[in-house]
Amino acid sequence: MEIDPLIFRLSIFILSIFVGYYVVWSVTPSLHTPLMSVTNAISSVIIVGAIIAGLSGNADSVFNSSSIFGFLAIALAAINIFGGFLVTQRMLAMYKKKKKDKK
Amino acid sequence: MISANLSAIFYLSSGVLFILALRGLSSPETSRQGNFFGILGMIIAITVTFLSVGNFSSGFIYVLLFILVGGSIGAFIAYRIPMTAMPELVAGFHSLVGLAAVFVAISAFINPEAFNLGIQGNIKLGSLIEMSIGAAVGAITFSGSVIAFLKLQGIMSGSPIIFKGQHPLNAIILISIIILIYLLCSTQSSNLFWILIAVSFLIGFLLIIPIGGADMPVVISMLNSYSGWAAAGIGFTLENTALIITGALVGSSGAILSYIMCKGMNRSFFNVILGGFGAVDDKSSISSKEQRPVKSGNADDAAFLMKNASSVIIVPGYGMAVAQAQHALREMVDTLKKNDIKVSYAIHPVAGRMPGHMNVLLAEANVPYDEVFELEEINNDFANADVAFVIGANDVTNPVAKTDPQSPIYGMPVLDVEKCKSVLFVKRSLSPGYAGIDNDLFYKENTLMLFADAKKMTEDITKNL
Repeated sequence: MEIDPLIFRLSIFILSIFVGYYVVWSVTPSLHTPLMSVTNAISSVIIVGAIIAGLSGNADSVFNSSSIFGFLAIALAAINIFGGFLVTQRMLAMYKKKKKDKK
Repeated sequence: MISANLSAIFYLSSGVLFILALRGLSSPETSRQGNFFGILGMIIAITVTFLSVGNFSSGFIYVLLFILVGGSIGAFIAYRIPMTAMPELVAGFHSLVGLAAVFVAISAFINPEAFNLGIQGNIKLGSLIEMSIGAAVGAITFSGSVIAFLKLQGIMSGSPIIFKGQHPLNAIILISIIILIYLLCSTQSSNLFWILIAVSFLIGFLLIIPIGGADMPVVISMLNSYSGWAAAGIGFTLENTALIITGALVGSSGAILSYIMCKGMNRSFFNVILGGFGAVDDKSSISSKEQRPVKSGNADDAAFLMKNASSVIIVPGYGMAVAQAQHALREMVDTLKKNDIKVSYAIHPVAGRMPGHMNVLLAEANVPYDEVFELEEINNDFANADVAFVIGANDVTNPVAKTDPQSPIYGMPVLDVEKCKSVLFVKRSLSPGYAGIDNDLFYKENTLMLFADAKKMTEDITKNL
């Protein structure tokens, strides 16, 4: 009997939860805010679904009811991607170690 | 156009890059590289999507246009936002992920052919279940985050909104969502799909209104987790590994952060979610409040105490963020250090309005991160320190959490500030903190209250040093 591809995706999903669990526990508490902003940015990879939706129209009608929702989702996800990664970068740039001459 | 197998491999690699992005955050040194991995993963995912659709007709231009518009708005916000507004920003971003998930689900529902999910009115059962779950969780994330945003921004009052029959109502709505999904899958009716989304928006709104301002760290983490589960739901619909991996990562990340925050307050997750904390206890705390003597001082006294100390521990809280006092505080610490006084910072897990809020503000003020310590790391040092400088924190220092089993915060881990030789407490008034209870620390023999705005007081102390 063949295994449903859904089972494979489910396996990836379950294993990723465990990977996430261990990876996130190892994040230092002082970086919890950047963690939230970066997880926010990467969860906007949902933009791949939005792009498929946006390109679903044909040459004659780029805009149909389905692709309009796609375009809106693209814009929302893009705000998140750019905003999320840039603000994370801005925050991480501020974390500095003590200057050497103090020691 | 590239083959489905090849694009699946690319999606997998961007999923792996996202794991590395989170892994990088285990220390500040590797974190910047981690962020770079995240960006790389995103670029790969987007490029592969373009290539796999392979439709470079006029629609493609619009896709780029919308990415550009959204991207510029995002970049503009990212550069302009003050660090103190980070909790609002994150809540706002969560709402966008939620809404994007809803839109993608709607789009897939009205045009399933584009996603290879069957035809309208006869969508594959598995896909329909996945997309309705994705849409429902996305909608909850959206409306919940909007409320969290409004509360954090101060547009909506931070105090809990409670009404009679709230919990039964929420329970009924949650059950009806499950029934709606079941009916939707058996009838494929588009009306039910719209009702499902509307009801999910409503429950997201109702779930967050009873939760008070200082419980926001838990709420934001929880919504972070939801946005992940919504993404994973859509990932299953689209059969996209990158989305499934990311959804699982973000989902578990948010769940862990909520757990850490709940532990920091010694409250169960359900206790926080059911809400109403800090609103009902008003009566008891007012009646028990007798006038007790308080020692109050001015900047001069505080400067004198600190000048004669050999070690000082700073305890920042949400009040520091409100007063934007982090830069003034750093200047004060610089002056102390010039006088050979050892200074460190003690951060309680739930200080501020989101996980790690205080750390970011101190980093912004150029405080080196190796002077900043977590509760467990520094709690034993209070006994050996000369001065504890509490700026904008309150409940997290209350010794009542260790002594009075009747107290609502009993059992919550607190900073042992009272063990210091002397305690300086910068506060606007004697009013109780979020938990609505009096802080015993105010009345201790060795406590000096500094009634003033945190920023102004810190500046005055620096002048007097």
